[in-house]
Amino acid sequence: MAETLETQQNSVTAPLVEIADALKKQNSGWLAEVKDALGEVTLIVPNAFIVDVCWFLKTRYQFDFLSDICGGDRGVEEDPRFEVNYHLFSTKTYYRLRLKVLLSEDAVHIPTVTNIWRTANWHERETYDMFGVIFDGHPDLRRILLPSDFDGHALRKDYPLRGFEPYSLS
Amino acid sequence: MGLENKLVDSLPEILTVQLDAVVNWARKSSLWPATFGLACCAIEMMNTVSARNDLSRFGAETFRASPRQADVMIVSGRVARKMAPVVRRIYDQMPEPKWVISMGACATSGGVFDNYAIVQGVDKIVPVDIYVPGCPPRPEMLIHGIMMLQDKIMKERMRDRRDVPTAEARDSISLGTMPVTLGTQLEEDSARTGVTRPYTIASRHERRRSS
Amino acid sequence: MTPTLGTNSPFEVLDRPLESQMTLSMGPQHPSTHGVLRLELVLDGEMVVKAVPDIGYLHTGMEKLFEYKKYQQGIVITDRMDYLNPLGNNLVYVMAAEKLLQLEIPERAQTIRVLMCELQRIASHMVWLGTHALDIGAMTVFFFCFRQREKILNLIEACSGGRMTPSYFRIGGIMMDLPAGFEKRCKQFLADFPAALDQFNTLLSGNTIFHSRTQGIGIINAEDAIDWGLSGPCLRGSGVAIDVRRTNPYSSYETYDFEIPVEDSCDVWARYMVRMRELKESWKICNQALARLKPGPVKADAPKVVLPDREDMKTHMDALIHHFLIVTEGFNIPAGEVYHVIEASKGEIGVYMKSDGGPKPARVHFRGPSFVNLSALPVMSEGEMVADVVAIIGSLDIVLGEIDR
Repeated sequence: MAETLETQQNSVTAPLVEIADALKKQNSGWLAEVKDALGEVTLIVPNAFIVDVCWFLKTRYQFDFLSDICGGDRGVEEDPRFEVNYHLFSTKTYYRLRLKVLLSEDAVHIPTVTNIWRTANWHERETYDMFGVIFDGHPDLRRILLPSDFDGHALRKDYPLRGFEPYSLS
Repeated sequence: MGLENKLVDSLPEILTVQLDAVVNWARKSSLWPATFGLACCAIEMMNTVSARNDLSRFGAETFRASPRQADVMIVSGRVARKMAPVVRRIYDQMPEPKWVISMGACATSGGVFDNYAIVQGVDKIVPVDIYVPGCPPRPEMLIHGIMMLQDKIMKERMRDRRDVPTAEARDSISLGTMPVTLGTQLEEDSARTGVTRPYTIASRHERRRSS
Repeated sequence: MTPTLGTNSPFEVLDRPLESQMTLSMGPQHPSTHGVLRLELVLDGEMVVKAVPDIGYLHTGMEKLFEYKKYQQGIVITDRMDYLNPLGNNLVYVMAAEKLLQLEIPERAQTIRVLMCELQRIASHMVWLGTHALDIGAMTVFFFCFRQREKILNLIEACSGGRMTPSYFRIGGIMMDLPAGFEKRCKQFLADFPAALDQFNTLLSGNTIFHSRTQGIGIINAEDAIDWGLSGPCLRGSGVAIDVRRTNPYSSYETYDFEIPVEDSCDVWARYMVRMRELKESWKICNQALARLKPGPVKADAPKVVLPDREDMKTHMDALIHHFLIVTEGFNIPAGEVYHVIEASKGEIGVYMKSDGGPKPARVHFRGPSFVNLSALPVMSEGEMVADVVAIIGSLDIVLGEIDR
């Protein structure tokens, strides 16, 4: 039973690993690492090349749908501390791919992909709001979910669950 | 409204007591709620209005979108921090007589969400008359809450419901001056005296603060 | 009759364009915004020049809460996210955890999941139809839709105990098997549903007023729809035939026989027609699922993850120990990350779940379809009238709980 699950997952990830090889052939600096686990392929891309990689994947491999941009805080003591995941989907080949960019705490700038997929606008605003990751070149980088006068970034691991003060008096 | 104020001022008390019954009966029989659905409880409120549990049998014939034409504000759903000043402003826009029903666990006490984003109980912002627990409360529970409110209204006195715009209400619109309501008072008292449970009956369920 | 300023006539006809534009705040408390959504509309007369959504009025910090709760405790929180489709939220969260654990789900559990999800899709579309029609002005449809919805809520309540917050699915299967008599009641509901569907079509689909309020309004073409990340009926209303149940099938959906409704006119009317046809398709799937229910286990064979049956727990020592450990300590999920998507009633709902080997997740992120669909509202409503904005919001079928999380 577990065998068929594995073979199923391998058939899904095999074409994605080929795409990863093509990326590496195009420019070896674009890919830092390829992870293939649990039926999904994750490409770790350095900060500076994310726009190039995204453009390549959109134009050559028809990844025209950006499902989601998801930030993450790997831990207060980790270095690099933050990660930004891009989940891509192709409406022609139905492949799903994840790109991951690792950012350290003192360099939380990453170029925006809003020019490639316009849906990235709100996703990047949410990542900025929750984690404090700054997207360079974003047309309108401001808070989206938290109140605009909120102090801090709520999903960071060092932000307490209950916040800092109860909402009773201002 | 102005007529009732004048009546209360000019007539002797023995007559206004008789008038109370009539006026209260009129008020309780035509409680028009303001459409103030926030989250999941709002959908149960819509279920309460729809054909199976019909709220208009009890007088809540229409839900008024404008708070200036509404009698009762049913706060149904979780109140986020960003929404809290809006809740207060809507409450202040309602003319007297006005009542507030806090529907659901989130409006009553923060519910499942004990975190930075949710106000732990709408009674920290507006004075609440009836609390309806549940997550979400069944439509029958909401109807029960409204009927309790109707009983409560019958016991009121006209003198207590004067529509005088107070400085407090004006202040609440400017930022930084939230009025103190009973919920806030309780919390402050317990923080000051160190008593963690301001309830008269000890709860059998210890409040778990972890996970 | 050329109008001139300063005439003595009491009525002055303004026949020149306005020099200034008005910013209208369609505030968080509004009967037609389907929740606490604030729209800043920049208006030129009645025409919308720009519409900027302002969200966050229902932000609940759920993603932060997930990190402080064990995996099975998180299921309860997912109910409150898209509160019209709680079983869909439950399913995507539970399936992401199962993917991390690489669990195999028994067939009966998968069939029940499909059946309940499709019933939930019908219930969600009932609310959509009722509120959309109510905003456009057809009040009768609201009551008819909620009547059908009550029947479905009764079915869901029979299974799980909760009408709107069922938390019926668990990691490794479902909470409990279907109760006695459920199949008969479900068959009865499904037998009565086509008549109700005909009723809705009679009321709305042929109505010229409805046509003129929805056709040609809120247009977004296929390319833009993909670029803005639309999914679900919004995408299929623009002619793009993408449905997660077909592109990345899950929970045995590939074995069911149903069509994907697609419309080409890219407007509010197209999205309406897509959802109406989806109701029919969901009804078909429910019938097929009900027909293929066979007796069998409803929980996966993973004693450290799935709670044992009550009988086992009361008679066998190891089941009791497993139950105790799962409830008090939770189970550890090996480190890894997954992004799982399903087709909820609003579109593609995705969960990014990252585990670091403990009993609580390290990061859970929900990609809510309404969040992305709402971001395309400015594109759809530029140049439309204010009243049309209401129709467009209705056709997007947004739920603020999912947008603000």
